[in-house]
Amino acid sequence: MTALQYIIDGIALGSVYALVAVGLALVFGVMRLVNFAHGELITAAAYTLYLTASWPKVFALAMSLLVAVALALLMELVVFRRLRYAPPATALIATFAVAFALEAVWLIAFGPQGKSADVLSSLNQTATHGKLHIRWVTITMVGVGAALLAGTGVLLNRTRIGLEMRAAAADFRAARLLGVRANRVIGTAFVLGGLFAGVVALLLTASQPLVTPTFGLQVTILALVGVVVGGMDRLVSATLGGFAIGFANSLLGDVLPSSQGVFLTSFLYLLVIVVLVLRPGGLFVPGGAAARVERV
Amino acid sequence: MPDAPALSVEGLVVRYGGVAAVRDVSFEVGRGEIVGLVGPNGAGKSSTLMAIMGAVPPSAGDVRMGGRSIRGKSPEDIARSGISLVPEGRHIFSNLSVRENLRLGLVGRRESNGVGKDLEWIQSLFPVVKDFADRHAASLSGGQQQQLAIARALLAKPDILILDEPSLGLAPVVVQAVWEALREINRQGVTVLLVEQRAQITVSFCSRTYVMSNGQLRMTLTPGDADNTERMVHAYFAS
Repeated sequence: MTALQYIIDGIALGSVYALVAVGLALVFGVMRLVNFAHGELITAAAYTLYLTASWPKVFALAMSLLVAVALALLMELVVFRRLRYAPPATALIATFAVAFALEAVWLIAFGPQGKSADVLSSLNQTATHGKLHIRWVTITMVGVGAALLAGTGVLLNRTRIGLEMRAAAADFRAARLLGVRANRVIGTAFVLGGLFAGVVALLLTASQPLVTPTFGLQVTILALVGVVVGGMDRLVSATLGGFAIGFANSLLGDVLPSSQGVFLTSFLYLLVIVVLVLRPGGLFVPGGAAARVERV
Repeated sequence: MPDAPALSVEGLVVRYGGVAAVRDVSFEVGRGEIVGLVGPNGAGKSSTLMAIMGAVPPSAGDVRMGGRSIRGKSPEDIARSGISLVPEGRHIFSNLSVRENLRLGLVGRRESNGVGKDLEWIQSLFPVVKDFADRHAASLSGGQQQQLAIARALLAKPDILILDEPSLGLAPVVVQAVWEALREINRQGVTVLLVEQRAQITVSFCSRTYVMSNGQLRMTLTPGDADNTERMVHAYFAS
């Protein structure tokens, strides 16, 4: 493999993790809630792909996106809306509860063995250019990731709901006192989060079609680490953090000898610890190195 | 209900846990009036405003707008029904530009026509919102941010404008400019409820000023009382 190929693979996986990070950061922005159950939206979409494998591709893809969005809205409506004014720790524990409850549902419904959701397996074919061999799924990840991130930027910066979301993320109470509807901005954040989770499921199953009950959880935890490393308070820094963790994950996976592949996660977290020690406020937050939190 | 006051607060009680911050407060603001509400720090003024705006649930009492109860409504519904609040500390969105901050005023606006004309009037009152439209709001001075906050509230075309300590932290010359703008806003038919700590200037400015301390209304002052130091001191510190 060439260095260029490592970089392209890294950008592709980074784009996927950036989409997970955006989903997490949008909800965190308007609710100050770290939604650990976000990964279950990815898993739900992936299992939907498995269940609809016999359908025409377009319908199967659309249905899995729809399921992820519907489940995101259901989570907000049934659980998080009721806990909107609860202490942050209560809401955080609720996201754990939702995540573990849904994981149990997947386990009961589909069993611990992986199910194959190979609807987009044709994307695993390779495009060759000289010494460069790139799978179509890699190109798709980069293209879809860039398009969705650009679309999010346009939505937030050029539309009224985007302006309302940015205001709500900065000062929720002040935004409501101006007439910004809480349910609308929070609902939009969950819809976007669900949509991105669905897209992530499509991209990941195209690359790795085996779906297990923890399929989305693993990705989400790593993306969340990226979000914290990047800087959680700002959407741009959180997205860059998600991208960086995906990029590093891919790069380490390519560079490490296969005999040491089991240490990939350890190396990754070691890198995270070093970054957090050097820049505790966030890797992509201006002046992040100077940020300090007092603890007794 | 055309004869009903623009805003009436009836027997309002606000509790935080076991502590009563507002105790049985009643007052009225007539249509087209400028009414003041003064009191020392911790008197319960901001809690009263938060209860009016639906941001804090009252334990008892009622808030009526034009005779209709708005108790139990969400802050966004109250904002969209014609009451605009300029909160204490201004609460400008520092991550947004001046133009974007101003646009947020349109969220609570009930009618879409006449925005251009209103904007022109607001820009003539507060030129800063036009001159620095593309700047980050964080780069404005305290006085400029206060003007932006009032301009943003006015763009919602409210029937009632409530200002919570608009003079806080401002230089006297800036306070004077804000006061003159408020007079002009009131001349255009907007009812104003002005909440302040600076008693003398508020009493002389408003047609009627309620004095609040320890969560209760103590007395009502008129502009003629502004120079009566003894009465002012009694109103402020008697409990």
